[in-house]
Amino acid sequence: MVSAPAWIGELARYAFLAVLVSWILVPLAISIVYAFTPLDVYYSNAILTTSFTLDHVKTLWILGAGEAFLRSVAVGAMTVGISFLLGLPGGYALARYVFPGRDAVKLAIIATRMFPIIVISVSLLKTFFNLGLNDTLIGLALAHTAMALPFVVIITGSIFGGIPRDLEEAGMIFGLSSIMVFLRITLPLAAPGLTAAGMFTFLLSWNEVFMASVLTLVNRTLPAFILNSAFATPIEPIRFAAAFMLILPALVFMFLARRYLVTMWAMAAR
Amino acid sequence: MPLSSLLQDNRVKAWLLLSPTILYLAVFIAYPIIDSFRIAFVKNGSISFEAVDFLLYSPLSEFWSALKYTFLLAILVIPTETLLALTAVILLFKRFRGRDAVIYVLVMPLALSDLAAGLIWYSMLTGKGFLNKLLLNMGLISDPIIFFGYENRWLTFLAVYLAEVWRSTAIVFVILFAGAQLINKEVFEAAEVFGASFYVKLRHILIPMIKPSLQAALLIRTLFAFQVFAVVWILAGRDIPVLAGEAYYSIVELHKYDVAALYAIVIALLSASIGVVYIRVFRETLLR
Repeated sequence: MVSAPAWIGELARYAFLAVLVSWILVPLAISIVYAFTPLDVYYSNAILTTSFTLDHVKTLWILGAGEAFLRSVAVGAMTVGISFLLGLPGGYALARYVFPGRDAVKLAIIATRMFPIIVISVSLLKTFFNLGLNDTLIGLALAHTAMALPFVVIITGSIFGGIPRDLEEAGMIFGLSSIMVFLRITLPLAAPGLTAAGMFTFLLSWNEVFMASVLTLVNRTLPAFILNSAFATPIEPIRFAAAFMLILPALVFMFLARRYLVTMWAMAAR
Repeated sequence: MPLSSLLQDNRVKAWLLLSPTILYLAVFIAYPIIDSFRIAFVKNGSISFEAVDFLLYSPLSEFWSALKYTFLLAILVIPTETLLALTAVILLFKRFRGRDAVIYVLVMPLALSDLAAGLIWYSMLTGKGFLNKLLLNMGLISDPIIFFGYENRWLTFLAVYLAEVWRSTAIVFVILFAGAQLINKEVFEAAEVFGASFYVKLRHILIPMIKPSLQAALLIRTLFAFQVFAVVWILAGRDIPVLAGEAYYSIVELHKYDVAALYAIVIALLSASIGVVYIRVFRETLLR
């Protein structure tokens, strides 16, 4: 069998990758462009526009997207705060101590991740009603923490695990208490990874729509607002403006955390 | 034993540090799952199958369709994504200019929510969307293709399929790619030198070597498949019912929490049955 010349293989490689990259980028770019396309151009037959407008974003803002945006930021921040407060010690324990039942605990924590947030939504909704936590941002943050916490424990565990124990031991030798060793040595070394994990946790909350829509009614976060209010509009560019607002922080995060993307997501998915 | 020396014991320390997490997960995940059974099956203190009857027999219920479409989507989406992701991993083995940019783009959809993905694909496929305008301008069609609406259910399904593949191939890719990073690259380079065909590289080198990652990716995708929601809800509404969408509808529109709890149980049981395999795999790959 005569094999094809090498350049054909190379060409096929780049052609396929080019198609794959455009397959991801084109819909993203188009929806962003359409979010800023004037209505008369959008409803004409022109594929792309030469003039741009902020009208759709403004309309959304007036409808309440601005407040929803801020609520989403608040819920995301609370989720990061609570899940790190609770999960960081656990991650450290998994990384540093060998104890009976360690593997079982790790597996149990991972096992909770196999249940989607939908599974706990009805019960939490009822409980929150009884506790007066329904339609509160803290209630939603508590629900999002349930989703984020296993991820935080596992991922901070692996971040701490990557920090050489020798450095901690050196600190001990120089007379630091174990808490000071953690604060002065381990934490600063882990900081870049923890920051990326924090941003990732924020995005988990930011992107979550099911629980947000079920738990909030008046105090809607951005995804809940979009699913229920913005989507009701028949004006399509307004929907695309909503998508733009939703993906903006994600794109910023992507840029900031690009060094960590592959490893972080591979671990997060697990 | 005095308290101070008890606190010096690593076992005690570890459990203390882990206890907030364990407690939280017990209250916010384990309890709600058990509570769902009570909500679904107990009324006024006695066992009731009202929710089950509604689920199975009410004309308002789309349970069997939801089950059908959820599985159908999974069966069509997961193999497509696996093949795309595997191909991308193979093509990205060799270093070349722009490789990092390509990886960056392929991972990108992971940062986007499913809600955004649904809206983004709506911008592509609606009557005034990009695809229709493009085809109209090229003279390939004379009337826009209508993807959405009950009477165009299979085109809507196609739209959901495309959006799902677009959104979540990245998950499969990122797990496989991370796994492939651990492989000895020389094996692959040798295969390239000897002009191994794409199929040979795929079947006899890559797949055996990244089997753990492949298992992980498939399991995770299958777990996610049972919770598909916003993409479908945006593009199809209830024209294409799925389990999570019906749970949402039961809560928000019908206010039937018992039925929603029943959907939650169905999703939990499906997840758990996949999860048994999932845990077994991770016992091998994750706990090193």
